[in-house]
Amino acid sequence: MSEKNKKRSSEKVNNTPIDSRREFLKRFGLVGAAGAMGTAAIYTGYKFEKKKGKDEYVTVLTDDNKLVKVPKDQVQEVKLDKKALQTRGRIGLERRRFVMVIDLAKCQNARKCISSCQEAHQLRPHEYHINTLKMQDTPNTAPYYMPKPCQHCDNPPCVSVCPVDATFKRQDGIVLIDNQRCIGCRFCMAACPYSARMFHWQEPMLTDEINKKSLQYEELLNKGEGNTSLAQQLKQEITYDVERNTPQKKGTISKCLFSADKLRVGQLPSCVSACPNGVFYFGDENEDAVTNGTSKETVKLSALLKENAGYRLMEELGTKPRIYYLPPKNRLFDLPESESTSQNIHV
Amino acid sequence: MSKHIHSFNPNDPKVAKIADDVLRPVGFNSRFHAWMGFLSIILVACLYAYYIQLKEGLIVTGLRDYVSWGMYIANFVFFVATSLVGMLVTAVLGLIGYEWQKPIARIAELIAVAFAAIAGLVIVMDMGRPERLANVFIHGRVQSPILWDVTVVTTYLVISLLLYLLPLIPDLAISKGRLKNPPQWMYKLYDVFSFNWTHHPEQFNILFKAVRILMILVIPTAFAIHTVTSWLFAVTPRSGWDSTILGPYFLSGAFVAGSAALIIAMFFFRNSYKLKDYIRLSHFDKMGKLLNLTALVYFYFNINEYLVPAYKMKTADAIHLNELFTGHYAALFWTAQILGLIIPMILLLLPKMRKPLPITIIAVFVLLGSWFKRYVIVIPTMAHPYLPQQEVPVEWIVYKPTLIESAVTLGALVLAVMIISVLAKLFPVIPIWEVAEQKEEESK
Repeated sequence: MSEKNKKRSSEKVNNTPIDSRREFLKRFGLVGAAGAMGTAAIYTGYKFEKKKGKDEYVTVLTDDNKLVKVPKDQVQEVKLDKKALQTRGRIGLERRRFVMVIDLAKCQNARKCISSCQEAHQLRPHEYHINTLKMQDTPNTAPYYMPKPCQHCDNPPCVSVCPVDATFKRQDGIVLIDNQRCIGCRFCMAACPYSARMFHWQEPMLTDEINKKSLQYEELLNKGEGNTSLAQQLKQEITYDVERNTPQKKGTISKCLFSADKLRVGQLPSCVSACPNGVFYFGDENEDAVTNGTSKETVKLSALLKENAGYRLMEELGTKPRIYYLPPKNRLFDLPESESTSQNIHV
Repeated sequence: MSKHIHSFNPNDPKVAKIADDVLRPVGFNSRFHAWMGFLSIILVACLYAYYIQLKEGLIVTGLRDYVSWGMYIANFVFFVATSLVGMLVTAVLGLIGYEWQKPIARIAELIAVAFAAIAGLVIVMDMGRPERLANVFIHGRVQSPILWDVTVVTTYLVISLLLYLLPLIPDLAISKGRLKNPPQWMYKLYDVFSFNWTHHPEQFNILFKAVRILMILVIPTAFAIHTVTSWLFAVTPRSGWDSTILGPYFLSGAFVAGSAALIIAMFFFRNSYKLKDYIRLSHFDKMGKLLNLTALVYFYFNINEYLVPAYKMKTADAIHLNELFTGHYAALFWTAQILGLIIPMILLLLPKMRKPLPITIIAVFVLLGSWFKRYVIVIPTMAHPYLPQQEVPVEWIVYKPTLIESAVTLGALVLAVMIISVLAKLFPVIPIWEVAEQKEEESK
């Protein structure tokens, strides 16, 4: 068989030199002419389009609320793929300094902050970005409940020790984690004095579901239905968004993100708006204003902290948290049982 | 290493006698095959355990969100610690000008090479996503102590490997023709790694210089690897790790573990390789004194590390220290301190105890104690964070290493022993020319 093939191919080679050369020249001429004409046409069109674009402007509102004019040819639609989400996720929101105030006097351990957070970030019941702890500072003082999210420190020990820049501090004060880069060394967990981080020891809760959706999306793409609303929705769900840290990934860190994806569109974080008891205030330090997630009342941050003797957790460690606590005074409900917390006196 | 050789005759009958004695155990006999087969079977089981961990995730270990560093990290510290013996014996003793350690220096370098190489692997075993290891080089950030650790452990491995290979060159040239029925590849290997050595005085001169430079370089590198390893803990604000003396504390402990490992290896090679004329009673006696000295320094750092915070009993330190002294980890802590450090220190004062068998038994206790000491350095601190651990299953709070985790840990040790076994059968474990030179000096 192979010998036959060889024979045939050698015959071809022997028979064709003159023919093929003529043929080649002929074809070359044709292709060359067509190519030159095509290039000329494209170039003319390009010139025309370029001129057109230069004359026309689009008015655009920038992140810092300025109206600017941009030549139409410079306008590019932002495609929100994983990379774009990661890039903008690392930059953060300009001129914002997000801050949270937690009023311990109001917390009744409803645990709605926890469940809404776990739903938004696709976590199991024991996987916490935020947890509510029963606290008792000394044996003689009253116990209280303390919601404990990541403190989003301004001097974050976790960020310092990360070997690969997977966890980082943004200009708006938020500490995020990129689970596409995390190597799972867990140095950040060891460094965090607030035990704020969690690790995906096993496959995250929704891995199977996400995998199914990826297959479904690929099928739609193959059918040429990539632009349907279903496909777009699937694409959004399976694309990693660093500001939501979903889909979660096995063998990587996850943590409270202040719902950075919601802040981008002007919403309050999940935990803040889920609280039924008005425990959380959230806002911008630069504006000196925080909004209560339950009553939606906006108050002056500095006044709130001053009047209620606001404090930060473990100030002595120098981590400079972005979360302030208001002391658990004048509570209007029963105290948590003292006995159950006595082993957990915090230090 | 400091003196210069003016003439070296490899065919001198004295040299030939040493070479024959030292080369007798070299070569892969059936006993070696059986031993490697045994190790391989264990290794396959351990690799299977690691495969399960890769597939299922670290959930198969006892690690959870509170104790997120456990046995693997303790084992890593132990491996780095043990590898430091190469630097202690070759460089520190060598640069001071001692000669007695020369016959055992190569064994010390063997331990250094094997344990430093596997230490890097142990860290990879602990990673959640080992396939992203390259990120450390692509996205590495210099302020992370992990990057410092990667740099210095690699450097130490390279220098130790050179300190193992360079003094081997004349030996391989001597041994090339003396091997009895070597396989073709083995002869070729000896030929290549003897780099056309002709025993010319100028060659010795270059070798002395090179080794001397390496001995000087390896000291800061060895200090760096264990100091940086201690900083993986000391840079965090957790009680038990948040200590300014953690660097020297780890370093002094490393010399204890390494000396013990070297004594055990010496005992093994002396008996199994029939090298009683080379690894002599005086070596055990001197190593016993060295172990005692290092143990004494380590004991001093222990007093500082535990007594000073225990005097003050600051809230967070008090929780940690109570757990160690009387609580959940008390049995481990006191066993490691008493059986692994204090009693060996007292026993080694007696010359009787520095004989091969007793000192080897003591060294086994010291080495095991060193391993468990690293365990109680890493785990109790993680088990007691600043804020209470609530609303999680109890197995998330109490750390218990699983079988899989233990198997993977054992796998690291098996690999290190395999490296030592292969190298010890491939090349002579006693430096022929250095011992010959030493004997020459003695006879003068």
